[in-house]
Amino acid sequence: MSVTAVSALPPELIYFSTRSGNTHRFIRKLDLPARRIPIEREAPTLAVTRPFILVTPTYGGGEAKGAVPAPVIRFLNEADNRALLVGVIAAGNTNFGAAYGLAGRIIAEKCGVPLLYRFELLGTDEDVTRVRKGVREFWTRPS
Amino acid sequence: MTTATSRLTRVQAINWNRLEDDKDLEVWNRLTSNFWLPEKVPLSNDIPSWNTLSEPERRLTIRVFTGLTLLDTIQSSVGAPTLMPDARTPHEEAVYANIAFMEAVHARSYSSIFSTLCATREVDDAFRWSEENPTLQAKAELVLERYRAEDPLMRKVASVFLESFLFYSGFYLPMYWSSHAKLTNTADLIRLIIRDEAVHGYYIGYKFQQALAEASPERQEEVKAYAYDLLLALYDNEVAYTESLYDEVGLTEDVKAFLHYNANKALMNLGFEGLFPQALCDVDPTILAALSPGADENHDFFSGSGSAYVIGRTVATEDEDWAF
Repeated sequence: MSVTAVSALPPELIYFSTRSGNTHRFIRKLDLPARRIPIEREAPTLAVTRPFILVTPTYGGGEAKGAVPAPVIRFLNEADNRALLVGVIAAGNTNFGAAYGLAGRIIAEKCGVPLLYRFELLGTDEDVTRVRKGVREFWTRPS
Repeated sequence: MTTATSRLTRVQAINWNRLEDDKDLEVWNRLTSNFWLPEKVPLSNDIPSWNTLSEPERRLTIRVFTGLTLLDTIQSSVGAPTLMPDARTPHEEAVYANIAFMEAVHARSYSSIFSTLCATREVDDAFRWSEENPTLQAKAELVLERYRAEDPLMRKVASVFLESFLFYSGFYLPMYWSSHAKLTNTADLIRLIIRDEAVHGYYIGYKFQQALAEASPERQEEVKAYAYDLLLALYDNEVAYTESLYDEVGLTEDVKAFLHYNANKALMNLGFEGLFPQALCDVDPTILAALSPGADENHDFFSGSGSAYVIGRTVATEDEDWAF
């Protein structure tokens, strides 16, 4: 997709957060337009119609298998959704060693988009500042 | 009793096919798939490295591990069992049983390190030191007081602080040795413990947040104030403990940054904001790299450096439905 198409509209974030709500809190602190991928298996997944950045937590204990939450996989399995993905931001915990933010790396590599940022748990104030600024600049960057 | 209403009142046969909270199964699966035993780690490969340490360095290392053993013992025999009567679901109780057992494995694994690397006399001396060290005993007492008190929310707060904050004055040292290519197998074992503690802190913090959400706004404010008070009391003691251990080798300031960083993460596990500003949390990058290889890589694409910007390299994933 062209960069012009990206910058024509304000940035949208699509995110997933489990019941623990860590990623949800981070998104609230960002105060940018955002929609949440439903948790429930039965719920229809989101459909997107314009370019977006995906924000996702990382699951599991360090292996690639299971690192990307299943609802995020279902969401990305929709080719129309995937085509509009422009970048990924991953939450995690450095306690998981090399698997810190692994979900972001997997999605970036599979979908051919940049891993834009990683943060831990709810994210610090610095994370919020950097991501808010970064998302705005990323969205309006010249091609 | 403040949140007694949601407690389980009787024992029922646990049905894992009927979940009230799918987080219970998610965490159970994560913990059981992370299961390990110290025998799996080739600790004896560290013997040559151990022999390169000076006597004060060896003494410091044994004392640090003895302090960690005490925390794991508390969590195994008091902490996790204390949380069981407060459980909201039978599955939550089962997760605490897993945590209690795994903490016993952690406590046991320090003895594996000792029996592999150290002389009996050195270890006996360190255990005696642990009994007599006032800051180590104060740390244990601050936590145990909350475990004994009839306040289920504060029991969880104390438990999360133990899991996500109190261990880190000790975890620093094997990460430091590892960053200097010393005791690398021991560091591998400690990293397994660090991974487990992250899940424990996350889960107990999650259950805390659920219970707190049901309390009145006044009670919520009260608990939050108690939590920050306890963190600060533990922090002051942790600083004294750190100085008593690390002053001799000149690492105290570096350990403090690691404490601040982890104190913030412990608060986040409770759903609260961090307390220490970023400037105080600047952990030595080599320690962060030892903790999480690649964590020091710049994944801040926004900043323009984008050194870790990777595109098009495929990664093998197993999930059946992860085939575009």
